[in-house]
Amino acid sequence: MRRNVIIKTVSRFLVPFIQVYALYVIVHGALGAGGGFQGGVVFAASFILMIIAFGLTCVRERFGYRWIVMLSALGITIYATIGLLCLIPGGNYLEYGSIEAALGIPHLHGYLIDAVEIGIGMTVMAIMTSIIYDMGDTGGESP
Amino acid sequence: MTLIDHLPVFLIAIPILASLLILVAGWWDRRLCYPISLVTILSQFGAAVIILAQVMREGTVRYYLGGWAPPLGIELAIDSFNGFILTTILLLSAAAVIYARRSVEHEVGPEKTIAFYVLFQLLVTGLVGMTITGDIFNLYVFLEISSIAAYALIASARKPRSYLASFNYLILGSIAGGFILIGTGNLYAATGALNMLDISRLLPASFELATVHAGFLFLVIGYSIKAAFFPLHIWLPDAYAESPSAVTILISTVMSKVSVYALFRIIFTIFTTAYIVDVFPVTGFILFIATVAMIAGAVIAIAQSDLKRMLAYSSVSQIGYIMFALGVANQVALEGGILHILGHAVMKGCLFMVAGLIIYRVGTSRLSDLGGIAKVMPISCAAFALAGASMIGIPPTIGFMSKYYLVLGALEAGHWLYAAILLLGSLLAVGYIWRFIEIAYFRDGRDRGSGAARTLEAPASMLAPMVALALLCLFLGIFVEGLMEIVGPAASLLLGGA
Amino acid sequence: MIESFYELFFARYNYWMAIILMLIGLYALIAKQNLVKKLIGLNIFQTAIFLFYISLGEVRGGTAPIYLPEGVDALYVNPLPHVLILTAIVVGVSVTAVGLSLIVRIHEEYGVIDEAGLLQELRRR
Repeated sequence: MRRNVIIKTVSRFLVPFIQVYALYVIVHGALGAGGGFQGGVVFAASFILMIIAFGLTCVRERFGYRWIVMLSALGITIYATIGLLCLIPGGNYLEYGSIEAALGIPHLHGYLIDAVEIGIGMTVMAIMTSIIYDMGDTGGESP
Repeated sequence: MTLIDHLPVFLIAIPILASLLILVAGWWDRRLCYPISLVTILSQFGAAVIILAQVMREGTVRYYLGGWAPPLGIELAIDSFNGFILTTILLLSAAAVIYARRSVEHEVGPEKTIAFYVLFQLLVTGLVGMTITGDIFNLYVFLEISSIAAYALIASARKPRSYLASFNYLILGSIAGGFILIGTGNLYAATGALNMLDISRLLPASFELATVHAGFLFLVIGYSIKAAFFPLHIWLPDAYAESPSAVTILISTVMSKVSVYALFRIIFTIFTTAYIVDVFPVTGFILFIATVAMIAGAVIAIAQSDLKRMLAYSSVSQIGYIMFALGVANQVALEGGILHILGHAVMKGCLFMVAGLIIYRVGTSRLSDLGGIAKVMPISCAAFALAGASMIGIPPTIGFMSKYYLVLGALEAGHWLYAAILLLGSLLAVGYIWRFIEIAYFRDGRDRGSGAARTLEAPASMLAPMVALALLCLFLGIFVEGLMEIVGPAASLLLGGA
Repeated sequence: MIESFYELFFARYNYWMAIILMLIGLYALIAKQNLVKKLIGLNIFQTAIFLFYISLGEVRGGTAPIYLPEGVDALYVNPLPHVLILTAIVVGVSVTAVGLSLIVRIHEEYGVIDEAGLLQELRRR
């Protein structure tokens, strides 16, 4: 299939906006409707758009298997580490308030929730993208 | 708050981190996967033993995630019943991972080693989570984590048939998951709570609602599919027979037991005996199906021509024994049932390990090709005989003790006929266990290469867990008094006591 | 009579919709030969459950459960079932992904993805 110039141009415009929107959804998780799952999926959707426009190989060259493994591992590590950090001041697992009380920084628990959401978002984005790669891998991807 | 108080959350958080460590470290060097996995599971086992000791000393251990107390937050609750199950499943997981090292090299292949250990770790984590959670929706989430890992693990064998087995299991498992989700929703609609204790406290007010009846049936059927309770077992033989040996050991011993645990938990802790005896009498029906399962599973097992498939149908039969306890629902029978969860896990683990060793060395598990195998694999066949004796219920093995309590409980409740059928089921177990013994010891096989002196015994890392489990069948039976100190309180806890 | 009929079918039409969708999904799971169609049936089945949960949390005239300024009284819908179902959706996606990749493998191995063809292939080998 010849790649259509309109699809290419439009997606070139759209992808940054989708990604910024995804980041907004992720960071908004602490205060309102939003969060890592939804934002991560939206972020992965931008990769799907790129795959449609530029082809699987082109996207995979820039965002390869190594990135996926690293990001998914890093995301969960952020989540689990923050959870475990809450144990140090004497709180329970994921009890953000304990860190906030120990360090005395106001609204710290909000930032910690954001950090956890970013971790979740990273993992979801990486895993969704890897699913797309795996699905597209064996199908009849035309050159 | 000392570190000991945080052990319940370490049981889940640390292995998830470890599974990622395996992913990253395995990328560096594939040989790192096994030691990380082993150390993690062994430390989980250590933590489980410490928690169990604490539970026996001080009563139920509760842990509030995020510091939010139950109506709002999720709690991890460990009492004598799930502490016992937790220790059992981690013991068996440790045996399975030691066994897995050589088995993976042989049956899965080097290119999939990393993925295998990551999924193995996630499967164990999911099952541990299912066991210790005190929240009914969390139970569903951990169930799905373990199920998805299991689908992928079953398909990791090099045989194409394993894809089909895995797909069948995926379809049935997802239907089961859906039913469980609906049931959970019904209970939430009826009570507005998700914490198990809250639900059981609020539920009696709405016992007569159709919503609750429907929720009960959905939950019981869903978990019965997962536990492979008799008419819902159709995914089991293929999934057990086609997956790699290490995975077979894990899912046959641990995964089905955890689903049975969930059934016990839902029926006794959430709905309580008042519901299943007076409001919605199902115990008689469950008892009937359980006895049918015992007999049918054993009869089909006798008819099999493949060792692994035979053992798989034997599992169907043995799940019937555990559900028998649920049907009788008195103290003594429940003690027998809980004991049988441990006993069946240990002996079936050992039997599947023998089957795995035979596949590892001989390359087939067709019974007709295994004539005279005991001459070349004496230790494995001896282990099979010992675990098989436990399966039949020959004293003083653990299998005898659990069946003894089951029969005693049934007689106490006045179910003479069912007790007799249970003994008949044990006789049928002789049928399929003896079949292998007869072939292995008393039938002449084909010439296996360079003379009779040659041994086909597998490497020590596979023999050791197998021998340990076989001896455990014996020792647990002899020292059953010590076990009863945990099992007794667990059974009375389920019946609403202490 | 009319009232009880109304009570049973129309006052709770959301549950009936969920049940109908669920049965459509189960029908596809059981009756369809093609494995991909089975998976689509599974998705419909799961979506029906999601619908059931989401309508469970609905309150007539309720607004989105977002924190409002002091002094504003509002009726909220129950957000908990929605949050729960978010998890279930993630589970559904993962199951679909695993199922599809299994179908890809089955197709690579046997060249067919319908049940009759698979049975034939299995018998031939």
